[in-house]
Amino acid sequence: MEVPILKQGRFLIATIQAALSDADLLQLRRALIDKVIHFRSNGVIIDVTALDVMDSFATRTLRDITNMIRLRGADTVIVGIQPEVAFAMVQLGLTMEGVATALDLEEGLEHLQHRATGKS
Amino acid sequence: MSSNKRPANREQRTAAQSTALLRELVAHLRQNRTQLREEWANRITEAQLLTAMTKEELFAEATSVYDNYVEALATGTFEALQSYARNLSERIIPRGVETHEVVGIVLLLRDVLARSLFAKYQGDFTMLNRILDAYEPAANRIANTVAVGFVQERERVIRQQQEAIRELSTPVLQVRERLLILPIIGVIDAQRARQLTEQLLRGIRTNRAKVVVIDITGVAAMDATVANHLVQTVEASRLLGATVIVTGLSPEIAQTIVTIGVDLGKMNTVGDLQGGIEQAERLLGYKVIPVADTAAS
Repeated sequence: MEVPILKQGRFLIATIQAALSDADLLQLRRALIDKVIHFRSNGVIIDVTALDVMDSFATRTLRDITNMIRLRGADTVIVGIQPEVAFAMVQLGLTMEGVATALDLEEGLEHLQHRATGKS
Repeated sequence: MSSNKRPANREQRTAAQSTALLRELVAHLRQNRTQLREEWANRITEAQLLTAMTKEELFAEATSVYDNYVEALATGTFEALQSYARNLSERIIPRGVETHEVVGIVLLLRDVLARSLFAKYQGDFTMLNRILDAYEPAANRIANTVAVGFVQERERVIRQQQEAIRELSTPVLQVRERLLILPIIGVIDAQRARQLTEQLLRGIRTNRAKVVVIDITGVAAMDATVANHLVQTVEASRLLGATVIVTGLSPEIAQTIVTIGVDLGKMNTVGDLQGGIEQAERLLGYKVIPVADTAAS
């Protein structure tokens, strides 16, 4: 299933709507990098509210996406990790170090705006 | 075939005999109820058992225990006695009656009754022997039933209290908008750590918290497992976008943590709860000013 990526001002918002296969995740990675370059975005929000499972591959891919986008000079925030998912991830040792997280979309936008104003 | 039959027959005969003997025994115990009961109550007082109860209470309780005891001997079924023992335990546990007292009084009753049997059959040793053969297993089983009933009831009470403590002891409090406090008091085990984390994560979600102060002043001891639980809680909160500040590490705990080499580098620690709240307020952009200053300016 393809993940829709919306442009909102200088930010991109990718909302994951259902459990993703590994191929879908790689596709999301590719699409996000392309769009960041294309729109010259300086922030990306990945919304995972709908996910009730987050495995090691998904975690790693999200971290990779963050790192790649950082190389493009933009920030990434993962938003909407469910409490149960967070707990399970920590138990599995998937802590997503170095990746910014926020409670929900609103928080994520605020975080990016804050970063953007701080930079300029 | 015939050689097999004989012992079976003998067993049946002894079983029938012992029922007959038990019946005789029960009749004897019913006849001497008043006297035996009184003697038993006196022995209990002498041995200074059940001191938490008054003399009248003790006597009333002794009477019903005696009747239930004889009833169990007569019928050979223990259900009634079991439920009575449970009921009795429920009443006396809150008054601080100890296990040794309950076991003690039941054993005393066994002794008192055995003595009265000695007195009755002292002329006829074979009869006395047979009577005791019938009496002892039944009496031991009764003592066992009562003691087990008491201990089970006690354990049930303890479990209930543990649960109550567990529920009471993990409040997640909001002190300012977007700022939560989680004071931890007592021992943290794996189960409690899990519950704590779940509650905190839910609290972060519902209160839309941005900063959480975990205060562990009330945690007496910290080992590698507990420290790792704490690290997990902090990381899980971070995944929800909340910053965690840990406060109240005692010198001993700080020392233990350094000694066992738990990586607390990712953790934000502040000396005490006040400092933690102040830092949280800074993070959230609050500034606390005394009223006098605002009036002056």
